[in-house]
This record gives sequence, structure tokens and C-alpha cells, in this order.
Amino acid sequence: MSMKNKLPDPAAVKDEILKKYPPKVARKRSKSIQVLGEPGLEIQANVRTIPGIITQRGCCYAGCKGVVLGPTRDIINLTHGPIGCGFYSWLTRRNQTDPGPDGENYMVYAFSTDMQDENVVFGGEKKLREAIQEAYDIFHPKAISIFSTCPIGLIGDDIHSVARAMKEKFGDCNVFGFSCEGYKGVSQSAGHHIANNQIFKHVIGLNDEAPEGKYKINMLGEYNIGGDAFEIERILKKCGITLVSSFSGNSSIDQFERAHTADLSVVMCHRSINYVAEMLEKKYGIPWFKVNFIGAKATAKSLRKIAQYFEDEELSAKVEEVIKEELVQVARVAAEIKPKTEGKLAMMFVGGSRAHHYQELFREIGMTTMAAGYEFAHRDDYEGRKVLADIKVDADSRNIEELHVVADEKRYNPRKSPELKEKMIKDGFAFSDYEGMIPEMPAGTMAIDDISHYEMEKLIEAYKPAVFCAGIKEKYCVQKFGIPLKQLHSYDYGGPYAGFVGAVNFYKEIERMVNTKVWKLIKAPWADAPSLHAELACE
Amino acid sequence: MISFSNEIKNPYTELDKSIGGRFADNPATNACKLCAPLGASLVFKGIENCVPLIHGSQGCATYIRRYLISHFREPMDIASSSFAESSTIFGGAENFNAGIDNIISQYTPDVVGVCTSCLSETIGEDPGMLLGEYRSSRKDRELPAFINVATPSYSGNHMDGFNATVKAAVRCLCENGGGASCEMLNIFPGLVSPADMRYLKEILDDFGIDYMMLPDYSESLDSPTWDEYHKLPPGGTPRKRITQAASARASLQFGRVLGGNSRDSIGAGEWLEKQFKIKCLKPGMPIGIKESDIFFKTLETLSGKPMPEKYKNERGRLIDSYIDGHKYLFGKRAIIFGEEDFVVGMTALLSEIGVHPVVCGSGGESPHFADAINAVAGDAIKNFPEPPIIVNGADFESLLELALETRPDFLIGNSKGYYISRQMNLPLIRCGFPVHDRIGAQRLLHLGYRGAQQLFDAITNAVLEYNQDNSPMGYKYM
Repeated sequence: MSMKNKLPDPAAVKDEILKKYPPKVARKRSKSIQVLGEPGLEIQANVRTIPGIITQRGCCYAGCKGVVLGPTRDIINLTHGPIGCGFYSWLTRRNQTDPGPDGENYMVYAFSTDMQDENVVFGGEKKLREAIQEAYDIFHPKAISIFSTCPIGLIGDDIHSVARAMKEKFGDCNVFGFSCEGYKGVSQSAGHHIANNQIFKHVIGLNDEAPEGKYKINMLGEYNIGGDAFEIERILKKCGITLVSSFSGNSSIDQFERAHTADLSVVMCHRSINYVAEMLEKKYGIPWFKVNFIGAKATAKSLRKIAQYFEDEELSAKVEEVIKEELVQVARVAAEIKPKTEGKLAMMFVGGSRAHHYQELFREIGMTTMAAGYEFAHRDDYEGRKVLADIKVDADSRNIEELHVVADEKRYNPRKSPELKEKMIKDGFAFSDYEGMIPEMPAGTMAIDDISHYEMEKLIEAYKPAVFCAGIKEKYCVQKFGIPLKQLHSYDYGGPYAGFVGAVNFYKEIERMVNTKVWKLIKAPWADAPSLHAELACE
Repeated sequence: MISFSNEIKNPYTELDKSIGGRFADNPATNACKLCAPLGASLVFKGIENCVPLIHGSQGCATYIRRYLISHFREPMDIASSSFAESSTIFGGAENFNAGIDNIISQYTPDVVGVCTSCLSETIGEDPGMLLGEYRSSRKDRELPAFINVATPSYSGNHMDGFNATVKAAVRCLCENGGGASCEMLNIFPGLVSPADMRYLKEILDDFGIDYMMLPDYSESLDSPTWDEYHKLPPGGTPRKRITQAASARASLQFGRVLGGNSRDSIGAGEWLEKQFKIKCLKPGMPIGIKESDIFFKTLETLSGKPMPEKYKNERGRLIDSYIDGHKYLFGKRAIIFGEEDFVVGMTALLSEIGVHPVVCGSGGESPHFADAINAVAGDAIKNFPEPPIIVNGADFESLLELALETRPDFLIGNSKGYYISRQMNLPLIRCGFPVHDRIGAQRLLHLGYRGAQQLFDAITNAVLEYNQDNSPMGYKYM
């Protein structure tokens, strides 16, 4: 559709948004709000949130414990700190897991050292040791991980030495810590990086026993919200592809330990997990590339790329067969839905990849994403990995450890020889790639990083989108505008939306939301009519 | 994950203060409490045109917003001073000032409510001093009023944060009292639902009492659809009314545990009494007939008016239903959990309808918890086969172990009891806070005769439903 004629000029909308800010704030925000069109446009991202601006962002702890490690069922995740953080990250993201009839599952628990005044004054290491011991005595888990909250770094508790000592003491339980205090970095992104580092240091590579299978892959950055990973697993299995590990939806620690035995890593959420993908390649020689299982076409494309990577006729044929079979249902529902959704506008401000991935699904039912942005992404997630070298590392990011990884002496085994890789690249096969969100968005749309509440309100006033996608914090504000909000963090109690079944679910869900009649009830019949001359409604 | 000693197998023969704090020093598994700044934020949301600011890392504001929203399902703007790593070393003054400037320019609030987090408290930030400096550096402009309160989550829980903030609001905003010079009554209801607050206001209006209720999120956290968008939701205690708190004729402060002067903290009503000699009445939370009777009697005295017919009828209907439902509930055993004063009120209700509260648990820690339970249910408890086990500093893991031991018929409390309910196949009657796995938490009514009626019906029906579902005969006529 041509947006230029019908809709407000995005440049004017941007000016309108900035008008209310003090000059210094306006200058800063101006770089994070971009009208798309010019190639090579630079967007400011991963910079500190301005105090007092109500942000979507969470903290380092949330990224580490809540996002990356939270969905693993058989690691006891122990929050070291006062009670709030552990309570608020207690299964609130709707990650699903399937432990089987007798499997361990600690995800329904919230373990916290529940620090009190005296622990802050005299140190909390003793209480931490006691908590670890207690968890071990009761559950005998394979692993216990410790997550630091804000006060821990300040009072100087050394969680890593406690972890080492307890691990040695137990002998049969891996204990490791994450220094993911909430004040580190500028958003949860710092926590992702810390999580990646520690899981790579303490877990990956511990078990060399490779699972059976001809085409073995790791799936990175898929967290099984609303059962997405279950659907992707179903499709992979149908194609004959073996999933060695998943980071970290529906995952278990033994998957992590054997991740280095896979022959390929595919990355869903680039932002939260690209570090592990890179490190797996450097240390063990496992190549990676970006995939997207959100959207039926994107799923098909991703499957084809995996088949192409393995250079195997049989796999390619199987993948084509599966795609053909699965697309029948997808096409039928899309044809039914599209006439009711076509031409409508969507906006989405979420995550480090979803604001990009979900544009696929909207395109499939004829909807346009007028504005999109991430909550905690970096420039490469917007503009593509090609800008990585140009990103200026600021003080906030410099404080996050960058692991120095070298090839493993015994286990490094390049799955594709340098010559072969070179040839594949020449033929157009992209490794270690991510194009970013912006190149896929049409000119005249907007990209906004770390959108604030106030900016969101202005955007809605200007464009009145048919649906707005964000999280629970935005949901009820947006709905007070009379516009439905689809939660793309927790999926609003729905899902899965990944893969083929997910696409069908999403089409139906969006059609329901944009066409529901409930908003029309807001205006009461007596709203305009002067009461004296009102007629009986039944006349 | 609490290991029990033998004492658990010998339940206390009488209510005893020494049982307090049994779990206090342990780590928590599935905590039965939330953090102090959450309670503070909730109070700020009940003040008209007030924006809360949590001084600390932005994660606190984000987590607290998402959690409160899951209960109230309403907009929940809470700002943060967004500490960076450097702020933990050099102090948060710069972020604090910028944060307040930005709140004022975006929201033009009447009040900015500042509470601290464990981060800012650990590095020793003093928001009172920061506010002083902020004010003196911005003398050239008109500023909103400020409330500041210390809410480190390593001391106390969400209820302590809530109570401290009500008191701080009065302390920061009230003008020097003229000593009971106005007709207004202060009412401090505690952590109750928006529906409870609306009902309280209706009652006070019916008695013709002029009042200032703090907080009052009856509208701001349960608002209708809007014709036009509001930056800050309408409703809340007006700042102007709070300024008069020290001239009120009296204060009515709910909660026997709060009123028990736990630790060194006192409630807003008691503070006003201490500072300005405003008489403070301290009834329990009016849950159940007897506690509600005390409340209505107090209103009769305060207003000089007899009980309106409407409430007499509510009370009569309630007793009529007690008579009808007694056969289903008598002798049933229940576990109650939540904030202390909520649990005390619920214990009062259950013991007057013949239910035996076998465990009363709270994540809070107060030496007055057991006393308060004894005060409202002591007489009934004497007739029970064994007295309730009272747990201070409880978590859900300890409650689960107690449930396995005491074999209750149902659980009553917030959504977090679901894990026990699922494991033991027991009905959970959801009420209190937080309720995030059912719709309508804002509309749950607990207080007064009307609240007791709703609770009674919900409890009785939960028992009936359970009996019916588990009956081999499948009776449809109960």
C-alpha cells in the first residue's frame, strides 16, 4: 500500500514527539527515532535510558536469570539478594518445558536467599552457602546456579568462590555463579552477555557423547514462550533433523553440556545469544547462521537453508515434502483471514528480535508495520552485523566481560573446511550473518529504539494502528486508547506462534483482535443525544 | 525447603508469641511476600496525579510495574532514576535530579513519590537530602509536592513498604495541625482491593462522614474505558486533602497487626496521634461479621447516626446465608496465607462460620500476629480439636509441608497458593494480593458485610464444587 498519501508524515510526527522534551533530552532521543528511507541510516541503540523516562527496559539480572537461564528445567536457579527480584522472575515469562513423567523441573520454584539487613551489613556469603547446601540436600540437582542482585556487588560477596567451594564439596553437582547485578549495562542485554559467558565457561563441552543423528544442530535464542520451541521441534523432527541443544527453551543441562557435538548452530534471537554461537565456532568449529521460524514463509526459508548447509539430497527432499504438506493448512487459513486484515497498520516495540520477526507474520496477512523498535537491542540488530566494527564501545558495555576464546586443542573440528566455506559464501550462502530489521522495513516507516511511554502515546495518536504489539507494561495503556495490544513477550496467554501451526494461530489471533466489536461498545447510545429529546431505544 | 523439627508434630497447645520468626532466618523457596518498593508504588498510585519514582536500577520499576499490572490490569507508570554502574560509585544525585525534571515535564504531576530500592539504600543514598538539594537548585519554578520514603527490600516486605509510605505521605504533605479543627476523618484502609475502597467510600457517604482515605486507588487502578486518553489515570486521594490530615477529628486505621506497634514502625494514624494528638482508632480489618460489627459501631459513634437500613439488611442477609451454608462448611479445615492483617481478618471470618483454620501463614514477621489471631478467633479456637499453627516468615514450601501434615480441605489466599492446590488437589479460593491467574482481582470484595457475603459464597461454592467433582455419584442437587 502507499503510505505516503494517507498517513501523517513520519518526520512531522517525530518533531511533534521531540517538542515536549527538554533540549538535551530531545537531542539524545532524536538519534534513536528514525524515519526510514535513506540507505545507510544510523540509529542510536544500546545507550542508557534517560532517568524519569518511563522505559520498557528491565535490568541485567532480568536478562540473565529471567531470560537466558530461567527456561532450563533441571538447574536450580538461586537468586542471591533480597526477595523482590526472585519473586518477580518466578515463571512470569511463560516459558514452557516438558520434563517427561519423571523428569526434574525446578522452573515452578523461586529460590532466593531472601537477604535481610544483617546480611547486607555483615555479608551474605554464609547465607548463600546455607541456601546452596539446603537446595542440594533436598533436591540433589545436577546443577545450581547463583544470580547476584544489586546489593551483592556493592557489599562484595564473592559468589564465584562460594560456587567453586560448594561444587568441590558436592562432587556431583555443578555450581556456578552469574555476577548479573541489576545496575550493570544499560538494559537486560548486559545480562544476556553475562549468561552466555558463564554457560560457555562452566557447562558447554562437559560431555563429549554425541547424540545419534545425521543432521545435528543447536537452536540458539529460542525460549519456548507459549510452546514455540515445541512446534519448532516438531517440524525439525519431521524433517529428520536432530536437535542437540536448545538455548534455552525446553532445555536441560545435559543438552548444554553436549552442545559442542552439533554440526551447526542456528540462531533465532540474535541479540540474546549470538555470543554463544560465536564462541562455539571459535572453540569447536561449529558454523552458525541466523534463522527465523516466525512466519510460514520464513520457516520454510530457514528449513531450506539448513538443508542446503548439510548438502544432502535426501534432507532437501524431505524438507520440501514437509514444507509442501504444512503449507496447505497455512494457505487455507491465510486466504480466509487476509481479506479481513489487509491494509491495516501494526506497530511493535518488543525484544531484541521479535519486533523484526513478527513483521513477517503481519506481511503474510497483508498488514504493514508502520513503526517498530527494540527494547534492548544494539545497532547490529537494526542495521545488520556489517556495522559491528563501527559500534563505539561505551563505558557501560566495556564493563561486561568479553571472553577470549581459542580453538580447543583436541576438539576443534571445523565442520566445513575453510575452502568449502569460502566456496559456499561465494555461491551466496551467508554464514555468521544477520541483516537486521531496518533493511526489511519499507521507506516511510519508523524505527524507534527504547521507546518511552510518552512516545508510544504520541505514535498512537498520530497513526491509530489496528494493533499494537509490546508487553504487559504497555498493554493496558494502549487499550485505554481503544486499540488492542498483543503481548509479544508472553503472548497474552496464547501461542505457539512459531512454525507452521504457530502462523495459523497468529493469523487467527490478530484477526480476532483487530475486528472485535467490543471497542464499538465504548460509545454509549446516550453519548450524543440530549436527554430531553431522546427516543426510546425500542421504538 | 524448610526442615522441620519435632515441634511441628506437636502443634502449639496455645497461641504463643515465641512461635514468631520460626522461618525468619532461612532462605525462601517460593516466597509468600513481595518487596517493599512495590508496596510504596501501590500507595503512590492511590494519590491523585502522583508519579512514583523508584530511586535505583530501572529493573525494579519494570519488575514492579509488570507485577502490579498482572493483578490490576490497568496502566501502571512508575519511573526510575535508572542507575548506571557509575552511579553506584559516585552516587545517584545526577540521575535523581534528571529523573524528577523529566517526570515534571512529561506528566506535570501534583505529587512525585520517591521511594528507595536495595541498591540506593546499600550505597547510603538519602532521598530526603537529595530532595532538599533538588528544591533549592530549582527555586525559580513551581514544583510539585514530594513524598519520600525508605524502602530497602532487605528489611520488611511489600506490606511494610505500603504502611511506611502511607505514613510518609502524611508526614511529607500534612500541614501543622490545628488539632481536630476540621470535620474530616482520616481513614487508612491498608492493602485492600479497589472494590473494597469503593465500598468503604459508599459506607462513609451513607453515614454522612467527611473523610480522607489514603491511599485511594479505587478509580486509578480500576478505571472504566476512557473517551480520551489520560496521561495519569483519574482518581486517587487529592493532595489537598492529605495536607489537612493533621487537623482531622480522628483517624481510623485498619489492622490489628499494624496497630500492634510492630518493631519500631507505627502506622500513619498512630503517627498523627503521636505528633498532633489526633485520636487514632485501630479496629481490625473488617472481614467477617464480628470485625465488621466493630467497624460499623465505630461509624455510628463517629457520625452520631444509626446504622442505615441498607447495611442492616446486608448483615441480615449474610447471617441468613451463614445459616443456609453452615452444613457445608462446619468442621472443614483451611490454610490461610497472605499479609498478616489480611490473614487475621480471614481467620476471623472462617472461625465464625465453623471452619477450622489449621494454618495461618504470612511472609511477614510480626510479634503481634499470633496475638491478633487470638484476639479475633480465640474463643472459637478453644473448641477446635487443635489450635492453628501460626507461621511468621512463611514461604510456600513451608506451607506445602504444613499442608501435607495438616490435610486441609481448602486453601484461601493469593494465586501463589496454586502450586499447593495443584499438588494436593485442593480448592484454592483466590483473594487478597496478588491474583494473576483469574480475572477480576480489582473487583474482589473482602470488607464489610458485603465482602463477607462474597467470600462466604465463594468458599461454600468451592467446597460444593469439590464435593460434586469428587463424588462417585455425580449429584447435581446439593
